[in-house]
Amino acid sequence: MNWSLLFSSSIGKKIVMALTGIFLVVFLVVHCYVNANIFFANAEENFNRAAHFMGSNLLVRITEIGLFAGFILHIVQGYKLELQNRGSRKTRYAVTAGNKTSKWYSRSMAILGTLILLFLIIHLAHFWVPSRFGGLEEVYYGDKKFHNLYLEMKNIFAEPWVVIVYLLGCFSLSWHLLHGVQSAAQTLGWTNKNFFPMIKTIGIVFSILVPLIFALMPLAMYFGLQLDLENITLLF
Amino acid sequence: MQHYSMNLKLKVWRQKNSNDNGHFENYDVNNISSEMSFLEMIDVLNERLISEGSDSIAFDHDCREGICGMCSMVINGQPHGPWKGTTTCQLHMRAFKDGDQITIEPFRANAFPVVKDLMVNRSAFDRIIQSGGYVSVNTGNAVDGNSLPIEKQHADDAFYAAACIGCGACVAACKNASAMLFVSAKVSHLALLPQGEPERKQRVVSMVAQMDKEGFGSCTNTYACEAECPKEISVLNIARLNREYLNANLSGN
Repeated sequence: MNWSLLFSSSIGKKIVMALTGIFLVVFLVVHCYVNANIFFANAEENFNRAAHFMGSNLLVRITEIGLFAGFILHIVQGYKLELQNRGSRKTRYAVTAGNKTSKWYSRSMAILGTLILLFLIIHLAHFWVPSRFGGLEEVYYGDKKFHNLYLEMKNIFAEPWVVIVYLLGCFSLSWHLLHGVQSAAQTLGWTNKNFFPMIKTIGIVFSILVPLIFALMPLAMYFGLQLDLENITLLF
Repeated sequence: MQHYSMNLKLKVWRQKNSNDNGHFENYDVNNISSEMSFLEMIDVLNERLISEGSDSIAFDHDCREGICGMCSMVINGQPHGPWKGTTTCQLHMRAFKDGDQITIEPFRANAFPVVKDLMVNRSAFDRIIQSGGYVSVNTGNAVDGNSLPIEKQHADDAFYAAACIGCGACVAACKNASAMLFVSAKVSHLALLPQGEPERKQRVVSMVAQMDKEGFGSCTNTYACEAECPKEISVLNIARLNREYLNANLSGN
């Protein structure tokens, strides 16, 4: 394969967008699964142990580098494509009657992506920076020391405006995914007559379900809600 | 169907040549029959303009039966106007009512520069075809039907893709002025048939490279192209184009 085509040709750039997009979707699933510990009994210890695993496991840490690379590629290629696409019609139409085939969010991927990027910066500053570079309180389970990321979450989500910002982030993510999942499948050529409706449905279910679970997290923290299910732990 | 006459207010893009900035001009056209085609309505206006000694409105047209792909123009924001699966020449005035205001613009894309008024230069499409949209095997005379067995599904899909008349409505409708539906139809048509097999990989790589060179945007899968295509080419061809492109590049030549 002529790899440079992945970065220079229009379809190549789209393939990079689709592959990194799918990688980021997988990350969302893992992130959602780990964090879902906070909904259940013994939340503090289970969540802190899970977070500790994610922070200390070598394989996870290596994947984290890939994750950052994935984010950067997705963001840079996304903006490059957006600029190129916007520049391909210098004289605009006086009247546009189209847009019947697509929803507003399908045509606003760059804006939604920018909102998610802004959210991501806030989110990293809230949780990733203190857990990597210090600043978290510590807690002992048995004789082993853990970062108390759970306490950090509780403190941060005590502020109503932070909860609102996170909810807006989840909405942006949901809309971005509503277009992104089916679009990635189409770009990678996975769609055909039989698959297309199924892929669209899977995309819609995923795009609503995952951001909804994420959105429930700051809400659960703010309102102090927890499910009283003793036996469920999503521990590693 | 009831025949009726109508008076219309037209707002038409006038542009002297490719260097002119262009502007809209308003025209009142009266006593237009509902049985006229859209182009005939412009013919009527042009005859009046000529008799008044002014410059007639330039627009592309050829067969006027919906198969050549020459007619273009964007009517009230829709390439080829409001009817689904119809070219401008087959759009009839019964699509409009008395007193309607109709805005007529040329197809707009950097890759389709305006030549004059509503005429755009679509030779970018010709260059894409020249870069690979052909078969080099000498096919000789027409062979007997069914002497070369082709799977029914492939034959059908190739036929539907080959229905593309290369009018450029997909580019005009796309928010990115992308030519992906056109290129995907041409690539699909040949990739699905045994005659297209020898150049299958080189074709898709060359045609996409030429498409990029012409300055078309890329596809963001909003599917406006499929909705406006007068031949209703499916966006599933775009998925096939992506597949062909990936396969060609992964397996090398």
